Formats: sequence, structure tokens, C-alpha cells
Amino acid sequence: MTLIGKKLKTNNFFKMVKKLIVFNFIVFLISLNAVHSIEPDIFVQSTVNRASDTLSGNKTKEERIEELKQIALDTVDIKGIGFYSLGKHRKNLTSDKKKEYSKVFKDYFLNSFSSRLAEYSNPVIEVNSKEKINDNYTIVSSTLAATDKRPAIKIDWRIYTKNPDKPLIRDLIIEGLSLARTQKEEFNSIIQGADGDVEVLFVSLRNFSKK
Amino acid sequence: MIKKLAIILITTLALTVNTNAGSDGELLMKKNDPSNVKDCFEGFNRATFAFNQALDGILFEPVAKAYRILPSPVRTGVGNSLNNLSHLVTIPNNILQGDFKQAGINTGRFVVNTTVGILGIFDVATMMGFSEYVKEDYGQSLGTAGVGPGCYLVLPVLGPSTVRDTAGSVMNIFGGDPWYNVSVKNDTRYFNEKDYYVSRGTDGINFRAKNIESFDNLEENAIDFYASVKSLYLQDRKQKILNSKGVVDTMNDSDWEEIEDK
Repeated sequence: MTLIGKKLKTNNFFKMVKKLIVFNFIVFLISLNAVHSIEPDIFVQSTVNRASDTLSGNKTKEERIEELKQIALDTVDIKGIGFYSLGKHRKNLTSDKKKEYSKVFKDYFLNSFSSRLAEYSNPVIEVNSKEKINDNYTIVSSTLAATDKRPAIKIDWRIYTKNPDKPLIRDLIIEGLSLARTQKEEFNSIIQGADGDVEVLFVSLRNFSKK
Repeated sequence: MIKKLAIILITTLALTVNTNAGSDGELLMKKNDPSNVKDCFEGFNRATFAFNQALDGILFEPVAKAYRILPSPVRTGVGNSLNNLSHLVTIPNNILQGDFKQAGINTGRFVVNTTVGILGIFDVATMMGFSEYVKEDYGQSLGTAGVGPGCYLVLPVLGPSTVRDTAGSVMNIFGGDPWYNVSVKNDTRYFNEKDYYVSRGTDGINFRAKNIESFDNLEENAIDFYASVKSLYLQDRKQKILNSKGVVDTMNDSDWEEIEDK
């Protein structure tokens, strides 16, 4: 074998090793992702279980509210829902106003969310299925079991899965009626009623949070 | 008076019909999207809404709470019986929407429940494996035929509606509802108008009793309760017109995509 032939063989060997390292690295990354990504239905069930533990324990209403707020902070895309609720009016806000709105909305959302749920005791929610819409969203279907006062209620969860390691709730669709959509139209009504003045919405949200 | 109202409704309705209206799902979805429904009579609607809320507070909610004291099997029986009666409007609407298979199933369900189920008190058809019952009305049939909802309306006592859905309800008293025909229009030996109005009133109370907590919760947490109810009503109608149970079919994903660059 000539010197050139040997050199070529060595080069090929290094190229192969390099390819193998790159391949292994990609496989490693994929497996890492698979280990850490959370399935949306499992995420919903664990969130429901967390909320259920809070609501069924012997806790005061205030303790329940604080725990529910923490659950919302961990599992709900509050900032995303806030901007969605603002709809077309979002585009008219300066970046400072957007920051202010995000803060006001967060307070409003946490108060509204926790007071809506705090009245329930031991709700039983069963996760039934999931449907991936695209890389960003999966709809998880569940049923809130019937009680002697009301029939069973179908609840669908819009889960934002852009970051599969940290799925977030963006909407609850109760019997086909979207809470986020309802809120968006409610906010729009307030702003339109004030001739497009977003400040009026800010005041309403602040007043709600003070209740 | 009723004649005049019918003429106004039909004229308004004719104006809301899109000449290109077809059964295309996308067009139906767009037309019935809550954001596309105008609140032309907002001042009147808000005043009627306030009146209805006051009426609810002094009449419907207390009666609904009292109704809930009845044992659960009694309430279930009443609910079943009223559902059974509603087949008389659902079946012709299944036919109007071209859903002959469902019309057949609902006719079978109605016959079984009225006879074996003792005037619909027992839902024997469901126990026998009939598919889930879904109510249909003339407003939905008009919507399916491509008629747009027109303006949003709040009716005294009856609550949220649209011009199209009100026109649909008017069709019930112009021969579209056999139960109305045999009780009010043609006072027969067996039924009279009292039976009709009692059944309609009980239906309202039954619905209210099932939703006491949901309504209270919604009202307590709403900043603009009127706008929330309007949105929920219009979303519900859209879903019913599309005959869809799936969220994916009725939700426009671009609603959410717009915030990606937040």
C-alpha cells in the first residue's frame, strides 16, 4: 500500500468516526427529548389530581385559593391567554402598556380562576382521549362526573405543546364552549363600549382583583 | 301583532340570507362565528337582559331551587318526558336538514319512549342502545340551509336569540310544532293550552335547575355578564348548526396563532 493510500484510509476512518459521533449525538438528543417531554393527557390528569387534592382536603377557603393560584401559575399560560383575550386591541398597545396589562391580567386571572374552583369539593375528572392538532396544540378530552345536582360535563383542554417539556393550558372548552373565547368577547365588549379605550378594561380588571 | 312581527322577521331574515349560501362547512362556520354576529340592538338587548335577570332573581331561580328539592328520579323522569316531547320538533328538522337516517332513529326513539317508556318518563330507547339524542330546531335548520344569524337579540323572558333563531321559534306557532298544534291551536279533548304552557315553563325550570351553580359562578366572575352570556349563546348555536361535538371542528386555530409573536 502506498503512502497516499494509507493516508486516504486514515482519513476515511476519521470521517466515519466523526459521522458516528454526530449520529450518536442526534440519537442522544432525541432520546433526551423523549425522556423529558410530557404527554398532554398525562399532564392534564396530573394537574386535575393536584387540584382535586387541594379541593378535597381539610383546608380553609383561603388555603385552597392560595394552592389553586400556585397550580395555575405552574400549569396555565396566563400571559398567552391574556394576549389572546385582548384580541385586535393588543396591537394598539405600547410595550410598556403590554407589560402593565400582563401584570393586571395575571392578578385578575388568578383571582378569577381560584374563586371559580374554590367552591367545588372533590370534583372527579376522568381523562378520556387526546387529539394532536399540530405541533403547538393538543386537545385533551375529559369528563367531569355527574353529581345529584348536575349532569356529567364534557371538558376539553387546549394544551400548548410548543415546548413539549413544559406543556401549558391555554383554554378550557366546557360542553363545546370556550372560556378563552368567551373572555375575549367580554373584553372586546368592554373596550368597544368605551370607544376603544383599553384603560377602561384595565380599571375593570383591577376592580375585579380588589373584590 | 304576531303577523306584523312575522313580516318584520321574515324581511330581516331575507336580508341576512347570503345569496351564495350553501352547505359548505367553512362558510357556515364563518357565518355563524360569534365575532361576526352584530349586536344591532345592544341598548334594547341590555335593557331586556337586565329585566330578565331581575325576573330570574325573583321567580325562576327560587322556583328552580325549590324544584331541586324533588327526588332525583322524579326530576329525571320530568326531564325525560320533556325531552321526549321535543322529538316532535326535532324529527321534522332532521328531515329539513336532509338527515333522514336520524329522523328514522328519532321516530323509533319517540315511539318506544312514549309507549314502553310511559309517555317518555323512562328513557327505554337509550337502555335499548339507541344513539344519543340531539335536539334540533327550525333556527338550526335555517342555519344549516345557509341563513346567517342576523343580529343578536335578547327576548323578554325567553332570553338570548338571534333574528334567525327567533324566526325559527315563530315557525313553531305557525304549524311547525305538533305539540303546539294539538294543545293550543286545536284545543282537543285530551290537551289544552294550559298543558302546552306548563310543559314549556317546566322545561325552562328544569334547565335552570341544572345550571344554578354554573350561572352563579359565571355571573360572579364576569366583568360584563351580558357579553359573556352572548358569547356562550352564539358559540353554542354555532356548534349545534355544525352538528359538531368536536372542538377541532368548530374552533379556528388561527385565533391562537396570532399571539405567537406576542
